[in-house]
Amino acid sequence: MSTQTAIRESRVSRTAAMALMLVLAVYFLLPIYFLLVAATKPQGDLASTFGLAFSHFDLAKNLGTLFGRSDGVFGRWALNSVIYAVLGAAVGTLISALCGYALATFTFRGREFLFNVILGGVLVPTTALALPLFLLFSATGIVNTYLAVFLPSIVSPFGVYLARIFTVAAVPREIVESARLDGAGEFRTFFSVAFKLLTPSLVTIFLFQFVGIWNNFFLPMVMLQKESLFPITLGLYEWNGQTARVSLLQESVITGALVSIVPVIIVFVLLQRFWRTGLASGALK
Amino acid sequence: MTDIATGTTGAVAAPGDLRRHNGGGPRASTIVAFLLPFFLPFVLFYLVPIAYAVWQSLLVVRRTAGQYGTSYTAFGGVTQYAQVFQNGEFWASIGRIALFGIVQVPVMLFVALIMALLLDTPLLRLKAFFRVSAFMPYAVPGVIAAIMWSFLYSPQLSPVVDVLKGIGLHADFLGPGAVLWSAANVSTWLWTGYNMLIMFSALQSIPQELYEAATIDGASNWAIAWRIKVPIIAPSIILTTVFSIIGTLQLYAEPAVLRQISSNISSTFTPNMLAYAVASGNNYQQAAAISVVIAVITFVLSFGFMRLTAKRAGL
Repeated sequence: MSTQTAIRESRVSRTAAMALMLVLAVYFLLPIYFLLVAATKPQGDLASTFGLAFSHFDLAKNLGTLFGRSDGVFGRWALNSVIYAVLGAAVGTLISALCGYALATFTFRGREFLFNVILGGVLVPTTALALPLFLLFSATGIVNTYLAVFLPSIVSPFGVYLARIFTVAAVPREIVESARLDGAGEFRTFFSVAFKLLTPSLVTIFLFQFVGIWNNFFLPMVMLQKESLFPITLGLYEWNGQTARVSLLQESVITGALVSIVPVIIVFVLLQRFWRTGLASGALK
Repeated sequence: MTDIATGTTGAVAAPGDLRRHNGGGPRASTIVAFLLPFFLPFVLFYLVPIAYAVWQSLLVVRRTAGQYGTSYTAFGGVTQYAQVFQNGEFWASIGRIALFGIVQVPVMLFVALIMALLLDTPLLRLKAFFRVSAFMPYAVPGVIAAIMWSFLYSPQLSPVVDVLKGIGLHADFLGPGAVLWSAANVSTWLWTGYNMLIMFSALQSIPQELYEAATIDGASNWAIAWRIKVPIIAPSIILTTVFSIIGTLQLYAEPAVLRQISSNISSTFTPNMLAYAVASGNNYQQAAAISVVIAVITFVLSFGFMRLTAKRAGL
């Protein structure tokens, strides 16, 4: 192959690669762009104007309607989502870290057995657990409370798995040993020495669990009847089901969808590097 | 995973080492204190529900004789399972999900693989933009994604339908034949970037020296991609496939949302929807049996796929 054809070939493949990636980028961004445009329109313009072009800019009014609807129930849903996801992921990360650290650092009988049980748990789809959990919780009266969604959400076998890998990679045994020799107890060693070394990894574990809880729909749907306990996903789903009867709800569903995804997308983009580490270790080990 | 703590290679460990291990390690109560905060909820909210579902699925509800008989539960053996397998709606939902999975999973993973490979070559500019735009949908909950797409499918609102009409095509995304693929599109939109990033992270961790020899030998980018890169990241591709199989079998939110705007999705469209519909009818034992069957199918398929590919790759 002569140099010239090679150059021409590489220019062709460069262009083809760029074109393909651009088409895909449009595909990924189109629904979000549509939502952004639709959230700024008055309800009447949704059907009568072209979906990808702005018409009247009514975003502020739509936001007012959204948060004012049914005594501000949307704000309540947003707060609930934050409680379930932030608090749940924080508690979940802490208990995953303790367990994963112990599995990586301590030698004891049955350790590998316990770890394999946890690995099996990674493969158990959480939707399969929702219905039996509902039956158990209704027997104990937890159904239709915050705890019904919160308690199952803190358990993340994948988090323990990551915590164990990260501990092996980031916490050198010598440091743990020397902290012990200095007379520090195991918990002190964990919180004062290992915790700092593990912080970036803990952010990764937190993010995975946060998204898992934030996106969860089946569990709250099974557990909750009281509207005031709904997370955003369930609330918007209910509203979306009523748009056939109350067509004015449509604009609030659209604006609500936008409000619910924008903060998470921003956090995502800002914390990108933590995803990369998590996804790489999840895939390679 | 290798056991680093006990990985003493060579002959017998020195007696001094052993003593240190036994004497200097943490007490059993300390280890339990580390493990319990996770294991207690894990047992209560993971293992107990699984055991409970299995137990429920073995029960039947019977009535005492007579006109005013009361109902009671009794051990029914595999009665519930026999009913699941005789249920036409169950097989129909399995059939839909199988068709969905056989098409959607390979398409999604192929696109993800191509994107990951392209992002790993010097062919592209704007790499960060492409990576972020593809990953962004992962931040969107399935329900919200389905709501967004349902507007793009809706004949009244959709700019896509408008554009297609402009060039003479009458698209009906919610029709009886199309609606399954409209749901598949939502899943593809949600998960392609996530899978791409798993594959891309694996590609990034391959040492560059591996390609250098091949480049000097005059191998093209394509040859390097298919002959060297893809085989090396095979474990990641297997992992994404297994996750996708699990996800497909659990499908609920996306079709449930599309059901709100399309009469072509029944309440028993997917196995999970069927389980929920049966549970809503207070037939918990039958719902438990369906859940157990779905879980078993999930396990068999994902382990089966892992074994199959591991064998073929000679691992």
